[in-house]
Amino acid sequence: MVERTPLLNVLTHAVLILGFVVLMAPIWIVFVAASHDFATVNRVPVPVLPGGHLLDNLAQAWTEGSFGRVMVTTMLFALGVTAGKVVLSALSAFAIVYFRYRLRMVFFWMIFTTLMLPIEIRIVPTYAVAANALKPFHDMLALVGLGGVVPEWNLLNSYSGLILPLIATATGTFLYRQFFLTIPDELAEAAKMDGAGPVRFFLDVLVPLSRTNMAALATIMFVWACNQYVWPLIVVTDQQTMATATMQLQKLVPSPLFGQPPVWNVAMAATLIVMIPPLVVTILLQRWFVRGLVSSEK
Amino acid sequence: MEKRATFSNLWVAGLFVAPQLLLIFVFFYWPVGEAMYWALTLEPPFGGGNQFVGLQNFEAVFSDRHYWNSVVVSVIFALSMAGLSISVALVLALFADRRLHGHQAYRFTFFLTYAVPAAAVGLAFRFLLAPDAGMVSVVNKLFPGLWNPALNGTQALILVIVAQAWKMAGYNFVFLLAGLQSVPRALVEAAAMDGAGVLRRMRDIQVPLLTPTLFFLLVINITDSFVDSFGIVDLTTGGGPARSTMLLGYKIYLDGFEGKDYSLASAQTLVLIVLMILLTFFQFRFVERRVHYR
Repeated sequence: MVERTPLLNVLTHAVLILGFVVLMAPIWIVFVAASHDFATVNRVPVPVLPGGHLLDNLAQAWTEGSFGRVMVTTMLFALGVTAGKVVLSALSAFAIVYFRYRLRMVFFWMIFTTLMLPIEIRIVPTYAVAANALKPFHDMLALVGLGGVVPEWNLLNSYSGLILPLIATATGTFLYRQFFLTIPDELAEAAKMDGAGPVRFFLDVLVPLSRTNMAALATIMFVWACNQYVWPLIVVTDQQTMATATMQLQKLVPSPLFGQPPVWNVAMAATLIVMIPPLVVTILLQRWFVRGLVSSEK
Repeated sequence: MEKRATFSNLWVAGLFVAPQLLLIFVFFYWPVGEAMYWALTLEPPFGGGNQFVGLQNFEAVFSDRHYWNSVVVSVIFALSMAGLSISVALVLALFADRRLHGHQAYRFTFFLTYAVPAAAVGLAFRFLLAPDAGMVSVVNKLFPGLWNPALNGTQALILVIVAQAWKMAGYNFVFLLAGLQSVPRALVEAAAMDGAGVLRRMRDIQVPLLTPTLFFLLVINITDSFVDSFGIVDLTTGGGPARSTMLLGYKIYLDGFEGKDYSLASAQTLVLIVLMILLTFFQFRFVERRVHYR
């Protein structure tokens, strides 16, 4: 810093440590509560140091929430969303940056508009389309009396229903676009001189250069998908087969009002299970996470 | 910015952009259009085709006192949550920017709060602030019945505000710290030479220069408060008690999927869509050249 201020340095550390305590306390308390037995977790005041029942509680929450199956679903779902976003955004950004045609700006704005309305805002109409993904084509043909030609395609309770509507926004396109715009023109010129077509240039030059961006986008999208709540809740109609991790939390909420025992130790163990995948990914890949977040500004 | 070197094979461009366009057509534009259609029609309870009813659904929405209750609750929620979260993050960022020992560790740990799923945040805070267990139970031991978010609407609203503010604090911190680090060092040093103390410099130089970031974060926090509210509300209060935490988004979810009233839910969806578009517009209007984060 600019001047020597021992007193202020102490204050600085005090404020930051206080912030650290406040921001980490909920995670710590979840962990502590998940490590005590039923009697201890309901004691007043709640203990601040972990107990010895973490593994028992995790095991009980794991079985009660069927997390074995649920975690597989969640991972497939999150990986599907991640892969879809990373690939589709790269393709469309390439088409918007490296070609010149009349519809280009129309496409650009069509894609851009999707950033304004996340799925949570439009769940009701999106649900109708998920119940029959060919509905738009059916409805359009129905105008000329040919509605019957289009079959129904129900996406409820399927991976495509979970994943496709979430991919249908342009979060990644602008990250790639910004990056492609910084790539020197000489690269494309050289590629053209060498007789490489656009596909060649995309695969052999752009994709390898974009690895950093892809890592950043993939990290953000994976955590984002893991954290989805309301869309899975609606599109998954059979919780026995397709439930995702966040959905299972609702099942383990203790409601003492309805005479259920307050098994907070198990509920907090389940919370811990649900928190862990996105937290671990964030801890391991934070460098990419922040880079993607800051350069795309979401 | 434009590329000088471009490719001319437009078929390839079409093929590259087609998958994304197809997806956003089916799962974005068509549903949004359909919401408009539904909002203007009513499905008769005994079948017989949809009926065009004009703005009747909107009238129903706007004359419903429950809807206005949700508007008020959502505004209180969004503004106090954003205010709380951003001011905590601002204080932390101002001090972390002093770059004493270990300032990078703070950025690393604070940001973790953003990675926790809203549903998990909801359940964690439900426990933390439960009347008979968790942290606040001590208060009830001393003053029995003082704190009970299951019965007291104000306390329930405080519960969801604190939960969402906690979730956003780390995110706000990362952006504010990045904003502070782009404030020219020379400016701060010059002020120091002129005898401005650290707190004075924060108030008169650093915070004013952060205004674009603060505004950007305000808009993002408000938009996120519509998006994350489902998970938080569903796992803490379920909209209650007595609709005191019935946020706009959560009401749409209940009306559409529990009440099965698609017309009413669609009309509310459209109102929310307009609100989101306005928020985005403001964000661009006022923060055209947003701060450089590097």
